[in-house]
Amino acid sequence: MDEKVRLKGTPIKRFDETITVERSSTAKYAWTAGQAISRFLVELKKGKLIGRRCNKCRRILIPPRMYCESCFRATDEWIYVEPIGTVNTAVVSYITTTREKLEKPLIIAVIEIEGTGGSGLFHYLEGVNPEDVINRKVFGMRVKAVWKPEAEREGSINDIKYFVPITGGEEK
Amino acid sequence: MVSLLSDVAIIGVGWYGFSPVTLEASFREMAFEAAVSAYEDAGDLDPRKDIDAFVTCEEDYWAGISITDEFMPDQLGGVLKPVYTVAGDGLQGIASAYMKIKTGLFDTVVVEAHSKASDILTFHEIMNFGFDPLYTSHIDAHPYYLAGLEANYYMLTSGVGREHLAMIVEKNKRNAITNPLASYGSKLSVDEILEAKYVVYPLSVMDIAPLIDVAIVFVLATKDKAKKLSDNPIWIEGVGWATETNYIETRNFGEALYARIAADMAYRLAGIEDPKKQIDLAEIDDKFSYKELMHVEALKLSNRYSSHLDLERGEFNRNGPLPVNPGGGFIGIGHGLEAGGLIKLLEATLQLRGEAVGRQVKGVKRCVVQSWRDIPTATGAVVVLSNEEV
Ligand SMILES: [Zn+2]
Repeated sequence: MDEKVRLKGTPIKRFDETITVERSSTAKYAWTAGQAISRFLVELKKGKLIGRRCNKCRRILIPPRMYCESCFRATDEWIYVEPIGTVNTAVVSYITTTREKLEKPLIIAVIEIEGTGGSGLFHYLEGVNPEDVINRKVFGMRVKAVWKPEAEREGSINDIKYFVPITGGEEK
Repeated sequence: MVSLLSDVAIIGVGWYGFSPVTLEASFREMAFEAAVSAYEDAGDLDPRKDIDAFVTCEEDYWAGISITDEFMPDQLGGVLKPVYTVAGDGLQGIASAYMKIKTGLFDTVVVEAHSKASDILTFHEIMNFGFDPLYTSHIDAHPYYLAGLEANYYMLTSGVGREHLAMIVEKNKRNAITNPLASYGSKLSVDEILEAKYVVYPLSVMDIAPLIDVAIVFVLATKDKAKKLSDNPIWIEGVGWATETNYIETRNFGEALYARIAADMAYRLAGIEDPKKQIDLAEIDDKFSYKELMHVEALKLSNRYSSHLDLERGEFNRNGPLPVNPGGGFIGIGHGLEAGGLIKLLEATLQLRGEAVGRQVKGVKRCVVQSWRDIPTATGAVVVLSNEEV
């Protein structure tokens, strides 16, 4: 190393020959989905969206919880809701999880499910262009879920493929 | 000590689980159930109004989520309130809450810890990930070897034999039979226990506490609040914790220094000079059988290298002069990862309230509770509790 370099800080910091060592581990878990999310996933497989209602604050919680975090009480009943909502916020991502460039940018949105009083889902948005996010056209847009074919559903949030805009004359 | 600082009391406890598997509930649902019970027990508290802060205790690698902290407020009633997670055992969380109350800024603080051990599919590989990546994780053996190394050294220096380890197992498993919270109670003779196959010599499966799923919630409060809300407050007289060097090969294998230093701190706060005389009951970490003996010595409840002799005389039996783990310990109840310390604290609290169904010891006034953070740590915490107001 260059002798003229004067290092700041404590004397243990030398840069003669330092190396890194790779390490990996097999960490595997099987998450207990529990009462609320088990039912949620089972219903998704059937192509249905279900929430839990808190009779105190009247919200319908999606994804469902057995407790209302706001009122701190057990939620009261299962309620099916239409897989329709409004785009609350959206983003265009040009990179993958590991930062590789995406050929086709992904549009990710928070969709407030109608009638729930603020609950919603994180999901992909299709049928809109990145420009629609950039120029804020998608904000407040009404959207609906597009489901996987029944045979391909496996009780997962991905049983909804994505949300798409509800077009002009279309009702629901 | 300083009169301006409020005394700290346990005013509520709640739990869910105490079972090898809890398929019916997620860890959040378990914690919610435990919290509802704890708030009811504390005098029908509404956490949205009545609780000032929350401390949860969790280790991300057991949880399988990064930054588990963020997953905790909802099910405790802690949303939009001061919440943080202590990456440590439940007793370290109790120490943290105790200090919060001592600041005078918080009147009521909740402590939560849970174990969802049954969700972990590669427990031992994850445990091995706690070893130093550069110079201790190259040993391709089950991480329990570290307990074996320590046990062998301790037994060599103390005169403890395998029969003493079996006597710990016998006592704890027998104590667990009548404890409704215990999953692993059974009546086995010392000879039967000694016949079990070795995992790492000198430890067999019998010497290693099995895991359970559990969620435990405690409500702590100032003296003023405790007097208003609770008929049976349990006073926290002292807390302490310590960690030894992370260079495992440098540690003192013959003595649980982390526990001794933690105990000295807790005893000093509690004004305890002669633990053997002043403590009525001890909840001691027994994740491995030999650890109970080491920890008893570290807490000065036995002289050094003579805990096994006290054990032989039956001093630690439920009906002995100093019951140790009268509810079965981790070997009988099961151990719950970072909720371990709270399992022990719950046992002691129920004893001090006279609510330890099936394992009640008569006349308990002061307990010491101790936990260790399992392999490969050398971290321990101690809490001293009393049912008598100072
Ligand atoms: Zn509510």
